[in-house]
Amino acid sequence: MSKEHILVIDDETQMRKLLEIALTSHDYKVTEAANAKEGIIMAANHPPDLILLDLGLPDENGQEVLKKLRTWFNNPVIILSVQKEEEDIVEALDHGANDYLTKPFRTNELIARIRTALRNVSGVKNNSVIVCDDLSMDLAARTVKRSNELIKLTATEYSLLALFMKNEGRVLTHQFLLKEIWGPGYIEDTQYLRVFIGQLRKKIEVDPNRPKHIITESGVGYRFS
Amino acid sequence: MSLRKRSLPVQFLISILSVCGVAGICFLCSAFLDYRITAFVLLVTVSILAVLFDIFPVLTAAALSAVIWDLLFIPPRFTFFIEKTEDRILFLTYFIIASVNAVLTYKLRQMEKAARDKEEKENAIRLYNTLFNSLSHELKTPISTIIGLTDALKDDDNKLSHEKKQELLDEISIASLRLNEQVSNLLNMSRLESGQLKLKNDWCDVNELFHTVVEKIKDRAGSRRISIAVSPTFPLVKLDAGIMEQILYNLVNNAVQYTPEKTSILLSAKIKDHKSALSTTETHSMQTLIIRVSDDGPGFQPEEIEKVFLKFYRSKHSGAGGTGLGLSIVKGFVEAQKGSVHLHNLEAGGAEFVIELPCEISDTSFLHNE
Repeated sequence: MSKEHILVIDDETQMRKLLEIALTSHDYKVTEAANAKEGIIMAANHPPDLILLDLGLPDENGQEVLKKLRTWFNNPVIILSVQKEEEDIVEALDHGANDYLTKPFRTNELIARIRTALRNVSGVKNNSVIVCDDLSMDLAARTVKRSNELIKLTATEYSLLALFMKNEGRVLTHQFLLKEIWGPGYIEDTQYLRVFIGQLRKKIEVDPNRPKHIITESGVGYRFS
Repeated sequence: MSLRKRSLPVQFLISILSVCGVAGICFLCSAFLDYRITAFVLLVTVSILAVLFDIFPVLTAAALSAVIWDLLFIPPRFTFFIEKTEDRILFLTYFIIASVNAVLTYKLRQMEKAARDKEEKENAIRLYNTLFNSLSHELKTPISTIIGLTDALKDDDNKLSHEKKQELLDEISIASLRLNEQVSNLLNMSRLESGQLKLKNDWCDVNELFHTVVEKIKDRAGSRRISIAVSPTFPLVKLDAGIMEQILYNLVNNAVQYTPEKTSILLSAKIKDHKSALSTTETHSMQTLIIRVSDDGPGFQPEEIEKVFLKFYRSKHSGAGGTGLGLSIVKGFVEAQKGSVHLHNLEAGGAEFVIELPCEISDTSFLHNE
């Protein structure tokens, strides 16, 4: 299997150096671009398996670059941003980013996110059973088991969990979840989400106060792992 | 002093009324008072006004008192005409003294103000320098650690054991995290000071909020025990979760830094009962959320309680580092949400921070029965 190819678009030389060292040591092939223009050309000439895109580029706003890329580029894009500005992150996710990381980040976190993003592309899911740690969901039978024991879920809880399990490792924004489960008229009603996430955690988590499956991404949404 | 802060029309009015009042009293007593004595009484009145008010009301009072003195007291009375040369000189002298009095007092006050401004400016600069020094120290320490240790690791001549290298790398990691925290605090402070803080209120689960904060901090808590006391049925509250997390993190971090090992730290929350006549069909209502962060450590010195929220204030009774920004950010963030925070020592020992926040509370019980 050939090495997976990652394109880094970041104007900071040090950051590119750091990413190159971290990624090559984990057996990825790395190419680098220092600005938006260069990045888009490189992505078009040699489409990478994944792009790491910095939001603060000197020549063009990262959000615009993302929009341009998404007109033809279907592989994962992970956003890197300096400040945790929730609005920017939600906007980027809405524009088709697969994930985000706030600088400074830990290398193992970065590698884990890249692996998840790449796995979601390669593993085409035509299996009706999704397994994640102690949880397994049978989409055909509409059943959920935790450590081989059947869990009773209400219809909404089931839809929510199914959405999460199909998008394992990916950040799902509040608005996306509300729209998918309750409908477009409910995207402001975040309290619905809080209540149902709370109920779902009580049923699927070993310790609902220290959730291992449904992780809160404060101000942005939730991530299932 | 507060009189000078009154608006100019009020100053004019008070000046005119007091001159007229004093002149009136003198007029009633004119049977016993020589008109020359009246001049002195009026002069005293103008002098007092000069101490209290701006120059123009005082000059008006001076001119008015001169005219009234001439009209009502200098013989022949009730005319502007002055008969004796001696009285004419007296009248002129009166007018000059009253005016010079007003101008001199005003100039004196200006000089005093300039001196005070200069002193304030110097104090501000001195304070700024002190803060800047302590801040650079706080930032330079982790930077020095990182530079020094990376040099040590780069140097091939050093025959460092694998364990030693790991130890150095851990130190670099700790220093970087500390540096990152200090910079975040500074950024938060500048967001507060520049008024760029935009609240993003959304429904949040207090229990989850507390647990998130405790998870973040527990690695550095040592043998201190952090516990949470919130009812499992606690309603959702509408707040900016990111800001709240920062507030609680700073408070708990403060408790962890400034208390000895084995201290217990407790986070609790409740809703203040308003007992207002809310309709029973109402699902959201405005109430007060009370959050307490307490510990059973040594508590605060009484003279410190007032100062802990001041920017860059650092406890003298502790060797721990810090920029002295943590608690002032807490105060700033709480006040940005129109709430209040205060600190007191507990009778049983230890300290307690109490945050009161007005916020919307959601009754979500209607959502449970699906």
